Amino acid sequence: MTPSSPAPPRLPGGGRARGVFRAVAACVVPDATRLDAAQWDEVEAIVARAIAARPRAVRRQVALFLELLEWLPLFRYGRRLSRLDPARRARFLDLLQRAPVLLLRRGFWGVRTLVLMGYYGRPGAAADIGYRADARGWEARR
Amino acid sequence: MIASRSYDIVVIGSGAGGGTVAQELGPLVRDGVRILVLEKGPRFADQEFTGRELEMADALYQDGGAFLTRDGTMTLAFASAYGGSTVVYTGTSLTAPARVIHAWAIPGLAHGDLTRRSAKYAEQNNVHPLDDALINDNNRLFLEGGRKAGYLVEQFPVNVKGCRGSSLCNLGCPNQAKQGTNRVQLPRAERAGVEIVTRAEVLRIEPDRTLTVHVSQKAAGTKGAPSEWAPGDYQVRTRIVVAAAGAIGTSALLLRSPLPAPRSLGHGFTCHPALILVAEHPHPITNDVGHPKSYFVDHAASERFVLETCMYFPFVTAKSLTGFGAAHSAIMYAFPRLQMILILACDHAAPGNRIAVSRAGSPVVHYRFTPETIDGLVRGTRAAARIFFAAGARRVHAPADPPLLEAADAGRLEERITARHFRPGMLAVSAAHLMGGCGMGRSAADSVTDGWGRVHGIPWLRVADASLFPDALEINPYLTIMALADRVAEGIRRDLAATGA
Repeated sequence: MTPSSPAPPRLPGGGRARGVFRAVAACVVPDATRLDAAQWDEVEAIVARAIAARPRAVRRQVALFLELLEWLPLFRYGRRLSRLDPARRARFLDLLQRAPVLLLRRGFWGVRTLVLMGYYGRPGAAADIGYRADARGWEARR
Repeated sequence: MIASRSYDIVVIGSGAGGGTVAQELGPLVRDGVRILVLEKGPRFADQEFTGRELEMADALYQDGGAFLTRDGTMTLAFASAYGGSTVVYTGTSLTAPARVIHAWAIPGLAHGDLTRRSAKYAEQNNVHPLDDALINDNNRLFLEGGRKAGYLVEQFPVNVKGCRGSSLCNLGCPNQAKQGTNRVQLPRAERAGVEIVTRAEVLRIEPDRTLTVHVSQKAAGTKGAPSEWAPGDYQVRTRIVVAAAGAIGTSALLLRSPLPAPRSLGHGFTCHPALILVAEHPHPITNDVGHPKSYFVDHAASERFVLETCMYFPFVTAKSLTGFGAAHSAIMYAFPRLQMILILACDHAAPGNRIAVSRAGSPVVHYRFTPETIDGLVRGTRAAARIFFAAGARRVHAPADPPLLEAADAGRLEERITARHFRPGMLAVSAAHLMGGCGMGRSAADSVTDGWGRVHGIPWLRVADASLFPDALEINPYLTIMALADRVAEGIRRDLAATGA
């Protein structure tokens, strides 16, 4: 990056939000644990750009929900989300996606969507899963 | 300083409705009638359609395709571009079902009239069934599985010319094969002398027929051509306004305008909520090459669902799958073996489901799933699973617990797929057929417009898009929008002739 380049967009909520996001991401897409630093940056840049384009209220909600995700497990497991082992983390997120309260289900769904956008929105991930759509269509398969 | 402009007719929006009206009124330019089309989105050059998922979704769709309903349980997909949502549909072209039009019971609107007008646009836009040689495995398996499972499978006529099978229709055809208004009606209108201005958002319509318009600057590094007008604010005076900004855009515009519009404005919103279902076959199939949508099963009348073939992109597919973790990833990594079906629920206008505007004037869509709509999704999911298994799929990923259904589950789908797995906020429901808000009807007491799209009590204001639908159409809507827009144009020509203008 040159000194005059604009700073890349960052996830709302600062460094801790980044840790929580990565903890959730590794649970939602287990293969994310194999990403190197540059690939994580790519995932987070996609997500940060998407969030930056949304209204301030939405950005605040995302930051707030990531914070909530970090602390909620304390009541059930006595540990924060980022300190939980993967199995417990998955169980906790599964509870959230089935929660009787719409706000929790919706919040988790939103963060899950961001994770999937960041992970599968990378051209490298599309190639990894065997997605081969090409503007040349049938001609590209011959 | 605010610039002023003056026209005889201003059309707001350039999609299936606005593009049609612009073309049909184009010949009036010869007689000295000044016609302007204002389009909120940009005009894209052919080479800008790259097929890259996030890049194109950002460029074409409102909120990148993630426009949420008020309670956040459904995303609504609609485009802003020269050509509106016709740039991003798959080109499937069906005529309105007679039973739906009869049920609408709009005075002066006969099914035969819509059929005749739809046929005109079907011919104009090269609508035809795709040649068998161009049908991919994803579609062929739907046909075979559907027939084996006992369903009547029908083929979609599509409006393509020189389709190369990129499978990227929903990201804008990179080969310009899809014959949307951006390829057919708008160029014709421009050749006839209609002026089209892109990146021009109409903020308000005043009772004195002045439009407040904001023309946006092209941001650095973004796609699309700059506007034909200099960026800034404009006051556009006109004699006739045709609002064709889509169900959400038109309803929101009229709601934020200080007009004596009927009280039902914004009400009656419906959208065919849709779920994407995938199944894994034991061997690779052609799915991400070839036109994505060739066949459908129509159970709208009996079970409130329609099934359509479809093929989506990695992120959309990933977010559409239920759950997360290893099982979710396993399905994603089976992409070359995936078959996909889109389930559309046929919802009906329900009290409370409406379009409103925020204090800032932005559209807000209030939508709650009725038990009947959920039932349509559940029944549709079971039917899709039957088709997948009949087509030879090894397993099906569906809203169930656990979400992977193995072949052994094929005999107990009623037990495995139930309404409790379809709670809002638990699954990715999205909709692209946005309808209602300015419904046609008899009078201001029950509707916003008459059967010719004229707003009750405001004779110079007409609506020409899917917001006219008083209830769900229960099929892909664009041909019906064009047919209704054709009527709107005819009404304008008739009125102009009557007044000697």
